[in-house]
Amino acid sequence: MDLKELLDPKKLLSYVRGTQVYKSAFRHGMPENVRNRALVVLSNVFLHLHPSRVRTSGIRLKYTWCMGGLSFFIFLVEVITGLLLMFYYRPTVEYAYVDIIDLGEQVPLGIMRELHRWGAHAMVITVWLHMLRVFMTGSYKPPREFNWVIGVLLLVLTLLLSFTGYLLPWDQLAIWAITVGSNMARATPFLGHEGPGASLLALGGVNLVHSGSDVRFALLGGRFVGAGALLRFYVLHCVAIPFVATILMSIHFWRIRKDGGISGPM
Amino acid sequence: MTEKDPREPAAGGSPAGPEKSTAGTSPAPGQAAKPAASASRRGFLSWLVLAWIAFTAAMTAGLTALTRFLFPNVLFEPPSTFKAGPPSEYGIGIVDERWKERFGVWIVRDEEGLYALSTTCTHLGCTPNWLSADEKFKCPCHGSGFYKTGINFEGPAPRPLERYRILLAEDGQVLVDKSRKFQWEKGQWEDPESLLKA
Repeated sequence: MDLKELLDPKKLLSYVRGTQVYKSAFRHGMPENVRNRALVVLSNVFLHLHPSRVRTSGIRLKYTWCMGGLSFFIFLVEVITGLLLMFYYRPTVEYAYVDIIDLGEQVPLGIMRELHRWGAHAMVITVWLHMLRVFMTGSYKPPREFNWVIGVLLLVLTLLLSFTGYLLPWDQLAIWAITVGSNMARATPFLGHEGPGASLLALGGVNLVHSGSDVRFALLGGRFVGAGALLRFYVLHCVAIPFVATILMSIHFWRIRKDGGISGPM
Repeated sequence: MTEKDPREPAAGGSPAGPEKSTAGTSPAPGQAAKPAASASRRGFLSWLVLAWIAFTAAMTAGLTALTRFLFPNVLFEPPSTFKAGPPSEYGIGIVDERWKERFGVWIVRDEEGLYALSTTCTHLGCTPNWLSADEKFKCPCHGSGFYKTGINFEGPAPRPLERYRILLAEDGQVLVDKSRKFQWEKGQWEDPESLLKA
């Protein structure tokens, strides 16, 4: 093959497609027929979660509002901006507040933190609208009832991500909001020291569930919102909840495919 | 093509074909083989039960240890019991704020004696401020107000502030024990340990 042939785009393309590097990555021909188009989706680890074919009604904006896709897009925005913020933010009582100020004033692209915060608000809205759409179109009905439950769990995780992220700026608003919010955990049945049934769990008059052993304590790492709570919320926000959410999202997308694609209009 | 080869004998007859034919002609060898087979099946099942019990026990132990991991052995929090100086330091009608920051307690003296008020708002758990000009505790979160006694009179707080156990230590100092609380709505403010007559 001489240099002149390489300058011809068509010949260059057919050369690239013939190389071992290309053929080892893409094990199907060009998506020029129905079979190859299906293979493109099926042989890609990311695309195979997606239905290999989509109903025409499924891509109508009036029907889906694209809210599921937008929620996923915003999640990716949150992952990327969040990872970038982690390069500067230190989850300690000494540095947390100052680092947040510095992220706005001393770091290039000071809008990064605001993007992350606005994204969080937007994601709650889009997830909620997605749920509304699924409800109004009856898309939760069999065979999609399992996926609805996964979706409800994902809504809860979205709210928990917002809740745990809210503490990280470590200002008065954050501390008291989490103080108020985590007080709900006191009232957990059996597991919270002020919840129903907690007083039943006692040995010889000594309560087993008290303010130093209940579920709120496990969440905060202490009896009040302090250094332990900041670190725990940071780990939950950056690692634990996104990890679980990613797994559930994979199941959520894959089940759309398994349950027959995006539901059709009634 | 290589994949087809193992399938071909399977299609022609089962892999255990020769054995099957002998079992078909004379039932005696088949019956003779049966006790050994069922004995090994029983053995397998009892091992299976044992394995499941061991697995469940290991998982339970692991999960218990994992839960325990979330509860540290040492807490870097102020102790729940503290000494607050001699009772003579506290004047009648004065709300002492010295112990608020570190221990979350106001010590107040009225005509009868000293009591230790919790600084946790009974609405949602914020910390109210003592407004000396207005003679009231006012919570900045949702506006609950409490009299000097701790009784709620405005805002969303559903019940009065809690009081802690207060007594005189051996060295004559006031001792506050936060591990025991007294709630007005339960009639616990009548308890002698909720008020220090000194």
